[in-house]
Amino acid sequence: MSRNPNYSLLLTGLGALCLALFAASVLIGPAAIRPGDSLRALSGQGPEMLQLVMRQIRLPRALLALMVGAALGMSGAVMQGFLRNPLAEPGLVGTSASAALGAVLAIQLGLAASFPLALPLAALAGALGSVVLVLLLAGPRGGTMALILAGLAISALAGAATALVLNLSPNPYAASEIIFWMLGSLSDRSMLHVWIAAPFIICGAALLFPTGRGLDALTLGEDAAAASGIDLRQLRLMLVAGTAAMIGGATAVAGTIGFVGLVVPHVLRHAVGARPSRLIAASALGGGAMVLAADIAVRLIAPERDLKLGVLTSIVGAPFFLHLILKTRRLEW
Amino acid sequence: MVNRLTLSRLSCLQDGAAVLEGIDLTISAGEFVGLVGRNGAGKTSLLRAAQGLVPVSGWSSLSELPPHERARAVAFMPQDREIAWPMSVENLVALGRIAHPDAAADADRRATDRAIAALRLEVLRHRNVLGLSGGERARVLIARALAQETPLLVADEPIAGLDPAAQIEVMRLFAGLARQGRAVLASLHDLGLAMRHCTRLVLLDHGRIVADGAPQAVLTRRHLAQSFGITAQITEGEQGWLFQPLDTVTPEPLTISASLPSSPVRNG
Repeated sequence: MSRNPNYSLLLTGLGALCLALFAASVLIGPAAIRPGDSLRALSGQGPEMLQLVMRQIRLPRALLALMVGAALGMSGAVMQGFLRNPLAEPGLVGTSASAALGAVLAIQLGLAASFPLALPLAALAGALGSVVLVLLLAGPRGGTMALILAGLAISALAGAATALVLNLSPNPYAASEIIFWMLGSLSDRSMLHVWIAAPFIICGAALLFPTGRGLDALTLGEDAAAASGIDLRQLRLMLVAGTAAMIGGATAVAGTIGFVGLVVPHVLRHAVGARPSRLIAASALGGGAMVLAADIAVRLIAPERDLKLGVLTSIVGAPFFLHLILKTRRLEW
Repeated sequence: MVNRLTLSRLSCLQDGAAVLEGIDLTISAGEFVGLVGRNGAGKTSLLRAAQGLVPVSGWSSLSELPPHERARAVAFMPQDREIAWPMSVENLVALGRIAHPDAAADADRRATDRAIAALRLEVLRHRNVLGLSGGERARVLIARALAQETPLLVADEPIAGLDPAAQIEVMRLFAGLARQGRAVLASLHDLGLAMRHCTRLVLLDHGRIVADGAPQAVLTRRHLAQSFGITAQITEGEQGWLFQPLDTVTPEPLTISASLPSSPVRNG
């Protein structure tokens, strides 16, 4: 495949945008700290209190926004490429709903209160469970349709179980904690959360990056892809495992953050010449930039009210989704 | 002549029923072979089975190759001409290079350019494929297959849904590729065009090959009646072989039994 200067330019631009937003995210916060002091504190100099704020509060928050956004954008791009559908999103394989169920159970059973890591670990266990179930349900030779149906069934089941847990919640505090967690947020996270999510998101990226050639080939359908030398079974396995690792890791530390995986690949598709392979890296950077920007926005819009990140991305994302549907309808009719 | 595809006792089951039975077929360089037969005769199954895209019993020279080597031996054009994304013609033709992951970027670009030139697509190079006409899209997909640079091309109903000029253009192109030393295997429903342009026809009926040879030897009255259920006029004139389907040989032709409405139906 030939190199394209426009593509390199796009990646450089998105990378620079991520860097700028990352810096802004580190520098913005309720504690009014001058940029110079912030950077000194980050490098381990200056007052201890300042170092603590920068290194234990702001840095992990910015890192998590970048990682979670990259995971959502990248897995969205791969999922859309695999299903050959611009309306596909990473939650289709059931991972987000299952990870949420794991987290909700950890809150409900009181594990999260007694052991802080229980929540992200339970979410990861939920994500892992969903992968095993999807692969079992779709079968070893299962096609794309079987995969989507299995994912939908598991999403519905996890959603129902989450509703049941909420329904049986003994007190309103537990219920509201569950609901707030599910809205998705990056506030009050520490470096520990970064270390929990990072291995999963990195492993997921390592599994999803090499799928580009197969996704390009799938542009012309499954038969054409298989005839181009693509092993579709292996591709499907990498997709399910990679998406689950990324979304499981992201949901475990940030809760449910909707629409990033849907919107980012769609916005960038034209800029990469609609080549699915090129959309992977671009969407990772684009997703990182979007979540970093959204996380800055929630702090600027309502610093006292704890506006949830997932709420903001959905409020911006849902109208965009409607626009997509209307556009698709116009094309089809 | 160099063999490009050999099938030996190839059989294929679908939902417990045999869709192909004991297929023996060899296709050599320089041949443009038309695969003909009724709907459901097994044409698509044969094209897919030959490439190892469905589980089969028997032997195919292609299906025993590892996938990456097979992709350099045969380029496949499926029937539905599905294109998922709004790519430029150039990017779509370049998809043919997926079969050559180790090739240098320069070699990829040259092969893509050659394929674009062969199909006279230069003026459409930067156009969105989804905005092209059916005929143009068919040419782009053939260019994609050419960019794969394989000695064998397999096409499933490549001229279905195209206007007469585009149909003739595609058939001439395949015949030209065969003359240049490639082998082409295409399933076809237009027996007239098949007769005029193919070097050889293979007639499939109920999953078996019932005739294989020169077009005029395959499209005989008996085969047309038995395998297609039609009669036709076949003549050889100055312009080559002419084929005109005339009537069905169904014992009792289908009649419309419902009576017409007595008054015109109005919308509203």
